[in-house]
Formats: sequence, structure tokens, C-alpha cells
Amino acid sequence: MDPKTMTITEAAAALRKSELSSVELTEACLRAAEVGQTITSAYVTIDREGALAGAREADGRRKAGQPLSELDGIPLAVKDNICVAGGRTTAGSGILKDYRAAYDATVVGKLRRSGAVLLGKTNMDEFAMGSSTESSVHGPTRNPWDTAQIPGGSSGGSAVAVAEGSACGALGSDTGGSIRQPAAMCGVVGLKPTYGRVSRYGLIAMASSLDQIGPLTRSVDDAELLLGAIEGRDANDSTSVELRSDWGLKGERLASLKGIRVGVPKEYFGQGMQPEVEASVRQAIERMAGLGAEIKEVSLPHSEYALAVYYVLMPSEVSANLARFDGMRYGTRVSGGSLENTYRRSRGQGFGKEARRRIMIGTYALSSGYYDAYYLQAQKARRLISDDFFRAFRDVDVLVGPTSPLAAWKLGEMQDDPLAMYLADIYTVAVNVAGLPALSLPCGLAAGLPVGFQFIGRHFEEGRLLAVARAFEEAHGRLPLKK
Amino acid sequence: MQLTLEEVDKIAALARLELSAEERESFRRQISSILDYVGKLRQLDTASVEPMTHALELWDPLRPDEVRSCDAATRQRLLEAMPARQGDLLKTDAVFS
Repeated sequence: MDPKTMTITEAAAALRKSELSSVELTEACLRAAEVGQTITSAYVTIDREGALAGAREADGRRKAGQPLSELDGIPLAVKDNICVAGGRTTAGSGILKDYRAAYDATVVGKLRRSGAVLLGKTNMDEFAMGSSTESSVHGPTRNPWDTAQIPGGSSGGSAVAVAEGSACGALGSDTGGSIRQPAAMCGVVGLKPTYGRVSRYGLIAMASSLDQIGPLTRSVDDAELLLGAIEGRDANDSTSVELRSDWGLKGERLASLKGIRVGVPKEYFGQGMQPEVEASVRQAIERMAGLGAEIKEVSLPHSEYALAVYYVLMPSEVSANLARFDGMRYGTRVSGGSLENTYRRSRGQGFGKEARRRIMIGTYALSSGYYDAYYLQAQKARRLISDDFFRAFRDVDVLVGPTSPLAAWKLGEMQDDPLAMYLADIYTVAVNVAGLPALSLPCGLAAGLPVGFQFIGRHFEEGRLLAVARAFEEAHGRLPLKK
Repeated sequence: MQLTLEEVDKIAALARLELSAEERESFRRQISSILDYVGKLRQLDTASVEPMTHALELWDPLRPDEVRSCDAATRQRLLEAMPARQGDLLKTDAVFS
């Protein structure tokens, strides 16, 4: 079996049976990552020594019959906005290009304690602001399916690492689609958990009422395994939630989809959708019917406002969260002769264009005289969007539709048209606005590029969401990964 | 909705951002078109809708306000992250001048 395509579940079985060592598996990932740096540039930092040291320790534990968990010895990659103590953590930004994290994010600590091997940090849009992984200070990441295309974003590096075989799985973050959309464009599985399920302590904040950390993997089983390793209440993140026992992950396997009510939001096949993407998603819905699911058309009537809500709330929260980057306690300082001018220069030169654009929009929306018209109105519309989902979930168990209206586009194609790029987030942002869990699963190809099929569930019902997605994946087969 | 260059300068001043001359103009155009787009929210009648401040409104986020210290290695990394320092003190431009 090829370590570049095996799932975490398969790799863990091979480690258990001593058919493979963690050092061999880690070495295969590192080689793929190093070759990849000349082609796709998935990584910002590769920690060869640290990873191999971790792999040797994991092999020792396995040999002694004392593995820490199913993940012991499994090499994983981490998005570069998640802190790993002592290592460079740049969030793709010039203002943090030499920053070394002072502490581990809670999710990183959990991975360490489960024995996972940390390969390095993956590239991303600056501060996770973007849908293409082009706005990183380290340069763009390219799609392994076609290197002229973007890999999606903002967790593009994590999606590419999983797709090209330079990590068995990866962590990303999702504020408006940043796990699901690159997963869709690179042909891998991406899961955004319910808001509050996973601690965000040590995640460099973008929009705090929307951000959530989640896994990118090669299978639904792997997504469940990784989520199980990182979830749970954390005293260091006051928005993380104590998980009830009925919210637990049990690896539920459905013999068929009989009795499962699947809603298809009629608003999710709107204008501007690439015809091949629509055809592929419609075919996936028919396949679900073939597996016994009861397919129902539903309406989320305020869908057309979701993107506008998102593009008011998110930049507002960005403008507040990024106020901490002022060149004083950490990050790049550009002296301006006075405190005020040092702030202005450090921020003006340290932040890239998109970060500054969003800070400006948010500052405007929150400024005196405009607050009610933009921010308050968006918070009210947020409730209407959230209520739409509550109503729909009275009649159905899961919702399905496209992850993105488009397959991967050409590098540079949308760089000077921020609004056009924002419109590509149209089917992912509402999920964050309502705090729901959602997963993107590969369902086919559009002109040779992967298409993502999105499953949306009720709050904290990841178990059911994963079970339905798994039934589809098992019947339909995993999409061949790019070699 | 068309922002003026003066409005762009005012927002940049509030956000403590230095912009280049070229950016003042491109940001003016781009931010105007984004504000136009999000302006569609005004079509919604929200007179009787309560604002939603969080994705989940389930918990009490308050905790006791206690000082917790960190270990020596974390403290050292925090100090090393400072762009300018004197011993263990952070150096800045004069706050009062």
C-alpha cells in the first residue's frame, strides 16, 4: 500500500501489525513534502528533525506495546495560524513572518498527547482571509490536480498536503468555508465542527464568533478520528462547550440511508454556478436517493442575505481582533518616530492588501453613525438565517448541496476583484453564521477538477452527519487521490 | 454608495493604517463596491428581530478574574518575541510626549 494514499485508519492498522513503522511513514510524508515545495508549496515550515524524533518515540511506544492512541505515530500537518510552541507561526502574514509561538494551541497539545507526529505548518491566505491561498506572504500554494489552478482557501496548504500525500491528515480553520472549500477543490474530506466543539485557544483569531478548527483527511472515518482527538471543553476558551454524552462520536455505520430525511435547499443551486459542478452534485443527490434516503426540497429563504451578513460581521470582528498587531509586544515593528506613526507603519507595511481591506471595511461598519445600519442590522439578519436552518431541521436530518459553486480557478484570475472572490463563498458562509457542523466530501470531477458535496447537520450532531457521509462514501467509493 | 478619499483617510486613521497613494484610490473603489453589496441587508424588515451576537447562545462565558502565571520556558519565549527590549522590559516609543 502506498503511504501517500493510505488513510489514517489504514496506516494505524499497518502500524499496529508492524507492517510499517512511523519512521517509514513519516519519512515518506517528508519526502513528498520536500518534493512538493518545488511544485505545490503546501508547507511554510517543514520540521524534519522534530517529526522524525517524534516518529522514533512513537515506534518505541508501539514496540513496548504502549501506544498512546490510535493516532500514535501518524504524521499530520497543522495550518500556520495554529500555535506550536517554539516554532514559527506566521498566519501567512508579513507582520508575523518571524514570530515564534510562545505556547501550544490546545488542539496541538491534544495531538501531542495522542502521539501524533507533527510534520510542519501549512500555507494559508493571510490571517485566513481568502478563498485561494494566494494572499500568503510566503507566496501561493498550487493545486496538485493542476498546478495552474488555485487549491482553494484559506486552508489551501492543509488540503494540498492531504491530497498530494505529504501528510496523512491535517488541521485547518474555517470561518466562512476555509476548511470545506479547499477540501472540495483538492478532492479530500473537510469537516467544520459545530461552533464550540473544538477549543480555539492558540488559534490566531480572525472572526471570533465564526472561527472553528477542524480536520482535513482522506476519508470520513479519518475525519471522525481526528475530530475525536481534538474536541472538548477547554477552560482557556470560554466559547468551548462541555460535550453531552449524546453528542459523542461513536463511529455509527448505517446499513443504508433508509429512514434518513435529506433536505436539498432550493436556494443552493443559484446563478453563477458552474454547470459541471451542478451536474455532479445533482448526481450525488440521486445516489443518496438510490441508497434509500428520502430526498425533500426545502427552503432557506434568507440565503441570499447570508454573504452580506458574513461580509459585515467578519470584517468587523477582524478589525477588532487584528488591533493587537501593532508592532509592540510581538511581530514586525517599523519605526515611525512616534508611537502613533509606529503603529501606522507597522500595520500598513506588515499587513497585506486583503487584511487591510477587511480592517478598513470593519472599521467603517463599526464607526460612529454607521453601527446600526451595518453591524446591528447584520446581527439581526444573522438570526433570520439561523432560524431558517432551525425550521428546515424540523423536517430533515441533514441538508446537502454544493460546497462551492465553482471548481478550482486559475491562479491570479480573481486577485483584483475581491467581491467576485467573496461570491465563491456563497454556499459555505451561512453554516458559520448559524454555528452548524458541515462536511465536504468529494463527489466527482468537473473538467478534470474535484467537486465537493456538502453535508450540513444540526448543532453537535456530528455523529449523525459523519454516519450519513460515510454511507455515501462507502457506496460511492473514495475519489482517487492525485498521485 | 461611493466613499470619498477623505472618508478613506478617516477610516485609515481610525484603523491606524498607513496607505499608499495608489491604495487610497483602489481601496476607495473596492470598499465602495463591497459596501454596495452588503447594503442589500437594508431591504430586510428587522424591526421585531433580536440581534444575534453569537453562533450559540448556550453558556455563561464568565470566569473568575484570577492571575495565572506561565512556566519559565513560555515566559522566555514571550520575551524573545518582543521586537525591542531592554533586559526583560519591553521598549516602545514614548507614550507621553
